[in-house]
Amino acid sequence: MAKVLMKGNEATGKAAILAGCKFFAGYPITPQNEVPEYLSRELPLAGGTFIQAESEVAAINMLYGAGGAGARCMTSSSSPGIALKQEGIGYCVFGEVPCVINSVSRGGPALGTIQPSQQDYNQATRGGANGDYHIPVLAPASIQEAVDAIKEAFEIADFYRTPVMVLQDGLIGQMMEPVDFDKPVKKREIPPKSEWALGYGKGNPHLIEGIVIDAPACEQKNLRFFKEKYAVIEANEVKYEEYMMDDAEYAFVAYGSSSRICKTAINTLREKGVKIGLIRPKTLWPFPQVPFQNKNIKLFIDVEMNMGQMVPDVALACNDKNKVKFFGRCGGMIPSPEEVVAAAEKIIGGAE
Amino acid sequence: MGKTFRISCSGFGGQGVMALGKLIVYAGMDEGKEVSWVPSYGPEMRGGTANCSVIVSDEPIASPVVDSNIGVNVVMNLPSFHKFVPKTAKDGVVFVNSSIISEKVNIPGVKAYYIPVNDIANELGNPRMVNIIMLGAIIEVLKIVEVDSIFKPGGAFEHVFGASKAKLIPANKIAMEKGAEAARKCM
Amino acid sequence: MSTTIFKKPNGLTDRKLHYCPGCGHGIVHRLIAECIDEMGETENTVILAPVGCAVFIPNYFVYDSIHCAHGRAPASATGVKRVHPDKTVITYQGDGDLASIGMAEIVHAAARGEKFTTIFINNGIYGMTGGQMAPTTLPGMKATTAQNGRDVHVNGNPIRISELLSSLDGPAYIERVAVDSPAHVIKTKAAIKKALQYQKEGLGFSLVEVVSNCPTNWGMSAVKAMEFVKDKMIPYYPLGVYKDIKEGK
Repeated sequence: MAKVLMKGNEATGKAAILAGCKFFAGYPITPQNEVPEYLSRELPLAGGTFIQAESEVAAINMLYGAGGAGARCMTSSSSPGIALKQEGIGYCVFGEVPCVINSVSRGGPALGTIQPSQQDYNQATRGGANGDYHIPVLAPASIQEAVDAIKEAFEIADFYRTPVMVLQDGLIGQMMEPVDFDKPVKKREIPPKSEWALGYGKGNPHLIEGIVIDAPACEQKNLRFFKEKYAVIEANEVKYEEYMMDDAEYAFVAYGSSSRICKTAINTLREKGVKIGLIRPKTLWPFPQVPFQNKNIKLFIDVEMNMGQMVPDVALACNDKNKVKFFGRCGGMIPSPEEVVAAAEKIIGGAE
Repeated sequence: MGKTFRISCSGFGGQGVMALGKLIVYAGMDEGKEVSWVPSYGPEMRGGTANCSVIVSDEPIASPVVDSNIGVNVVMNLPSFHKFVPKTAKDGVVFVNSSIISEKVNIPGVKAYYIPVNDIANELGNPRMVNIIMLGAIIEVLKIVEVDSIFKPGGAFEHVFGASKAKLIPANKIAMEKGAEAARKCM
Repeated sequence: MSTTIFKKPNGLTDRKLHYCPGCGHGIVHRLIAECIDEMGETENTVILAPVGCAVFIPNYFVYDSIHCAHGRAPASATGVKRVHPDKTVITYQGDGDLASIGMAEIVHAAARGEKFTTIFINNGIYGMTGGQMAPTTLPGMKATTAQNGRDVHVNGNPIRISELLSSLDGPAYIERVAVDSPAHVIKTKAAIKKALQYQKEGLGFSLVEVVSNCPTNWGMSAVKAMEFVKDKMIPYYPLGVYKDIKEGK
């Protein structure tokens, strides 16, 4: 199919429908409102249910029910709204309820600003719910990738029975780019949900579990998740891109919108003779490890639209915190490529 | 290296600067080019200033934000002139709505085109056509996209305004030509 | 030949209830299971557990079930019922769960007319956590967080949920009942049955508020607790039908 030009948020909604999403619940918040607006119109036409929930909290708990009942389901929000959803995400983790959480970040904390930001890296990768857990976090950098990520998020969610977050930002959500909705994504063998979902037990009860009061049993459940889910996801679901890394001596590390700014900066720096490339995590959890084993890299320059939330992950991955430098803007400010070039030159100059 | 147009369109709500940008990206995509369109959004959109970043390129687009090094700077009102003109690239081009902006661009190496879009629109009897007139001037000078990609059936105009507005195409074609004519006077 | 004159409903498991002696939960569990059995819905029911003493209801019913976040059962039930409109869906919630932390969810599910049934147990206290003040604790009634008794000037006033929700257009049926006497237990069963039937008929949201007791946290014997329901709780929470769209009410 030919590419179509579409706003990121609308493309996200369309991708969900194409992925078989049958239930969406959400609450209005800028800059992702086009997602629920689109789905309120289109999802019922595709045989699905759209609900404007009374709150962010209600929306994620609706997913807990709908996903628990076996439907592919999604919610969408932005930073303070995702903060409110955290408890419910924890329930979906523990109850093994597959669902997709689309997060379109804005500057924070609190109401902060509605401008694009990456200040929710920790919120996404560390989560805010109680307990030990991980959820896969996909970080698209274009509308095409957002569409692909949404589709694949449903596959990952169903395959591992886990919530999956697609972490975008206001820039990707609001912009328009050509997108091909027919681009295939990796499909997984997903066992029938009738084996576990609500409504299929027929006297042999299916339970979506939120409490395991017996501590040894609760520990065992945690350990099972770490062994059967998280370790497998870490082994099989890591995604990243390497850009101009073949001869690189320096590497930007950036994801989402900031990675695109880095690419523009790389073109300028390369013209000036700086051998710099980009390592772009496309999954933030699991975080890529392999590209950071590159011994030719003198410095990893982490560029984010926050104050360095990914730095610890980069330091752990390259196993040398002295090699990790940082440049970023926060609070809804997007760094210009020129700023990134200047910061890189200063950092590299200091190193040589 | 292929050609890349880094365009910023700015003005106040109602001048159609968002649609102006969209017309360019739809036409560019139709011509097989890489395109992106980034709007400003939020409270400032409601009655205040509006702007969008547009890139049309022969190569994949890295950063889609055009807030510095602006190659093609379209300013439709005075606040936009003050905010965006200083961000013009050193070999950039500025299109100024000279009907309501009396100031001049004074940056060495930067070429400015003063298009009195409101006056032309009033002469044509449709004040809402200011963005189309400006688009005519831009295309005339820079050939970013073909005029035909805008107006052909199923083209950019129908995408942006809806197929039901196709009946307005003849009038808009005239507006576009008037804009081109004004640009030629500046060239 | 022996004749069965009394048996455990098919909808209940063999698990021994963990509730305190004299607690009303066991009565209401049994009534739900009897109604569901009689409706032939035993293999077609999903029940949503609250946070509170009834968090363990998945142990006691053979229905599919889900442990909900505190107060969120009406939201999760919305998800379940919209996915499975043919299932009988029940939320079972206490007063802290429904009328305090989950007030938004119950009000909006009721306003949307979600086609599930809520069994609301009002015993005026937080049981599971050890006797703290509930939104339905009576004025003057002692709680571990209102040790001199609820002072409405300090702690605010109790909330009458059936009256409050019956002001909405979404509910099809709302009745307040009690389990303090055999006669009231029979009426409670009739109310639960009616609520479930309204759900099956797709008429809208239905809720049965059951005025119940908490001998342990009230610090009373089981008998005294039932008397307290009759003498103190029911006068504040009058029994009766608050909404019945079939009766034009």
